[in-house]
Amino acid sequence: MGEEVKVFGYWASPYSYRAELALKLKGVSYEYINEDIFGNKSDLLLKYNPVHKKVPVLLHNGKPIVESLVILEYIEETWKHNPYLPQDPYDKSTARFWIKFIDEKCFPTLWLAAWSAENEREKVTNEACEYLKTLESALNGKKFFGGETIGMVDIVASSVGYFIRVTQEIMGQNLLSADKFPQLFQWSEDFANCSIVKESLPPRDKLLPFVKGLIAKYQQDNAKA
Amino acid sequence: MADEDVVLLDFWPSPFGMRVRIALAEKEIKYEYKEEDLRNKTDLLLKMNPIHKKIPVLIHNGKPVCESLVQVQYIDEIWPHKSPLLPTDPYQRAIARFWGDFVDKKIYGLESGKVWTTKGEEQEAAKKEFIECLKLLEGELGNKAYFGGENLGYVDVVLVPFYSWFYAYEKCGNFSIETECPKLIAWAKRCMEKDSVSKSLPDQDKIYDYVLHLKKVFGIE
Repeated sequence: MGEEVKVFGYWASPYSYRAELALKLKGVSYEYINEDIFGNKSDLLLKYNPVHKKVPVLLHNGKPIVESLVILEYIEETWKHNPYLPQDPYDKSTARFWIKFIDEKCFPTLWLAAWSAENEREKVTNEACEYLKTLESALNGKKFFGGETIGMVDIVASSVGYFIRVTQEIMGQNLLSADKFPQLFQWSEDFANCSIVKESLPPRDKLLPFVKGLIAKYQQDNAKA
Repeated sequence: MADEDVVLLDFWPSPFGMRVRIALAEKEIKYEYKEEDLRNKTDLLLKMNPIHKKIPVLIHNGKPVCESLVQVQYIDEIWPHKSPLLPTDPYQRAIARFWGDFVDKKIYGLESGKVWTTKGEEQEAAKKEFIECLKLLEGELGNKAYFGGENLGYVDVVLVPFYSWFYAYEKCGNFSIETECPKLIAWAKRCMEKDSVSKSLPDQDKIYDYVLHLKKVFGIE
């Protein structure tokens, strides 16, 4: 078909992962380029994302698309089979609402709960638990946020369902536990067990030491500030 | 369209609310505007937006839609035939969404608020970044009449409400946005020639008075 699809990403980035999962769900072949985001970003990355200089960048037939949520909407609109957003505008707006909630409230607060200083941790943890409770309500008895199959909300929630769970393990926290949030916990298990999800997630044994190092860095920087 | 029931819960100085007002006006949709007192939120607001308890809330046939960018896209999808706001081509839509996201993060974000909430070095840094972001937007506008091309588009609707806050920013920050970004101000004035925009934005003086009131309330000098 002459489609040239490339993803500039970082193996451990939850944002980069979203772009890859979306392409896999659509069965679109792509070339993956791992960027050294903590060291030396490539000239190409800086050329394709001059404003934010971040991954992921989706390159489709030479044209760059950046920002993970913009990329997800683009993939959905370009490859129309296996839709992961509802057709109905109201249901679509509900999905977008939850996506924003995860990205702006849920995920950042959960991440903060992992590395914030002792004196702040309780407050942030309580806030994070409130967000998890709210997120769980969005499942409303469904297997996935998208219903019977993975939808765009599930793709975005992978940052909570997988990446945060790994973080929790390192910190000895268990916020997303089966007793506190049984539906959400079950969702994260079902999600991670999908073959298409499994084959593209960064492996736990590689991710654990990486996140450990990242948390240490955040704690160090925070102490200096 | 006789069965359409559209209500907007809003607060007059909110640029987020203004986005929705403009989008509805562009589509020529009749709606009921309800002013919320944010110190005394109505039961309706708390029921329709229980998670964030914020305005604007768009209630369409009794069902709430929250978050202004979500609302603008919803309005565009429900009433696609009049004044389409997003282009049809997926790549052009991605560009529009990118800049809409940029405006939200950089122009409406916490950092830019420091232009009127801080003083000294912190304020100077905030002003510098604010102008840099406006210049990036000017670059994206280029020689087009609007970000949407010949007509108002998604990015225009997302950004132009902030024009009503420019005077307050200039007074608090002691700078001129027009001197730094003349093309952007020319764009904003062009937008204001449209009723959908001019009738949706409050007077810049009123916003400045509101900002002064906020400064008093929060004890900001």
